[in-house]
Amino acid sequence: MKNFQQEDQELLHKESGILTAPLQRRSFLQYAGAGAAGIALLAAGCKKDDGSEGLRVDGVNLGSGDVGILNYAYALEQLEAAFYDAVVKAPYSGITPAELSLLTDIRDHELAHREFFKKALGTSAIIGLEVNFTAINFTQRASVLATAKAFEDLGVSAYNGAGKLIKSADYLVLAGKIVSVEARHAALIRDLIENGTFANSEVVDANGLDKARTPSEVLSIASAFINTKINASNLPS
Amino acid sequence: MNIINILDEIEKVDGEIYERLNPRRAAMKSFYNFGSKMAVAAVPLALGSMFKKAYGQTTSTVIDVLNFALTLEYLEYYFYQQGSATVGLIPAGTPAVAAINTIRDHELAHVNLLKTAITSSGGTPVSFTAANFDYTAKNTFPTVFSNYPTFLAVAQAFEDTGVRAYKGQAPALMGSPSVLQTALQIHSVEARHASHIRQMRKAPAGGGVTALKPWITGANDSGVPQVDAVYKGEDNVVQAGVNIPSLGVSTAAATESFDEFLVKADVLAIASLFIKS
Repeated sequence: MKNFQQEDQELLHKESGILTAPLQRRSFLQYAGAGAAGIALLAAGCKKDDGSEGLRVDGVNLGSGDVGILNYAYALEQLEAAFYDAVVKAPYSGITPAELSLLTDIRDHELAHREFFKKALGTSAIIGLEVNFTAINFTQRASVLATAKAFEDLGVSAYNGAGKLIKSADYLVLAGKIVSVEARHAALIRDLIENGTFANSEVVDANGLDKARTPSEVLSIASAFINTKINASNLPS
Repeated sequence: MNIINILDEIEKVDGEIYERLNPRRAAMKSFYNFGSKMAVAAVPLALGSMFKKAYGQTTSTVIDVLNFALTLEYLEYYFYQQGSATVGLIPAGTPAVAAINTIRDHELAHVNLLKTAITSSGGTPVSFTAANFDYTAKNTFPTVFSNYPTFLAVAQAFEDTGVRAYKGQAPALMGSPSVLQTALQIHSVEARHASHIRQMRKAPAGGGVTALKPWITGANDSGVPQVDAVYKGEDNVVQAGVNIPSLGVSTAAATESFDEFLVKADVLAIASLFIKS
């Protein structure tokens, strides 16, 4: 599988704010209920080994409590960021400048989300996932936008379903700050496919409610695009 | 502006508003006296600070939150209801008609859902009719129902405010997981609306606000300075102590990638501009 270890290590060294990073992690971990911040930096060197170990046994373990939910979100953001990165690097044929600009924005948002979770989770973060985009025809507008729609709607439903599983008010609000941006993406992508479908009955029910999915429902759908096995068995429910 | 009437409206939402403003109901007398001595221009400011005092440090009950949400949904529903019923406002024969109708129907569904939820929780839903609202915001938007771009500009402000309002109330609902989930499911629908309305405003007929994106860039990207309060703080780039631009994205992308919340008092200050006194 593709290994992000080298890239991660490079990133770690490049981070000019490395001295302040443990502080941010500390405040994060306090909220998350894991107090091992003091060893956060020391542990950074062996996290990949831990991840690989978990991988051999029963997949990448998302963990429990708020850390588990944040890793769950991190996994989804990894998927989305990797997808849009591929889209922007080699745009589909016939893409308009307006579409490329919007998709580049979305790529940047997903990258910000992914890197935010990675940094916030610190040593509790799962490894970089190996994605599987073989079903997507990146040269074809219809294929790319259909996938984008599926990912965005899935992301919205994932955050909507995960909110009640979060114990920290701060992280609940953070999830809220992200989910509405995902919903803005979802609406835009839908409108690019067919104007006016931003909130149609596929995604909004008769009570005016968007979808909410449990982590297991979401991961089951997402697994078609992720080779790395994910163990969500310790997530709160 | 009649503060007392607004407070009366708020009292429908929050029956304890006077107690929240001051533990002793009698002390409201001092408020009346205070108001009479103040310059008129300073009144909105004082009102804002009183709302802050009222809500900023009070634990909201679930019914309080739901009635607050219901107030906003009424505000939105009657807005779209009136807009869609005004002949010549929304360009006939364009996709805009269906889009506005879709949004209107969602807001009505939210009104009905919240009313049911409040009643079934033993609460009393707030009640508003179209006549309770002044969508010109005391002549700030005099052409709101005669000029399509103005209508959309106000719609954008309502949708973006709605997104921020629900987000801000999520923590108050943590004790009621199913209500929290429902609120989140409304929250993301409001964001879908906001995204689409912003696209409508980009179109030439919608005002040709070409710089606008489906997401919020910086503070108040709406091009309408009168709604600065709607976007207060949206230019934040630090999330949970993490500086987002330091992760490798532009400042603009950093502000776009996280929508900010608004506290109840700030939302009420915005909503009150559209509630008749």
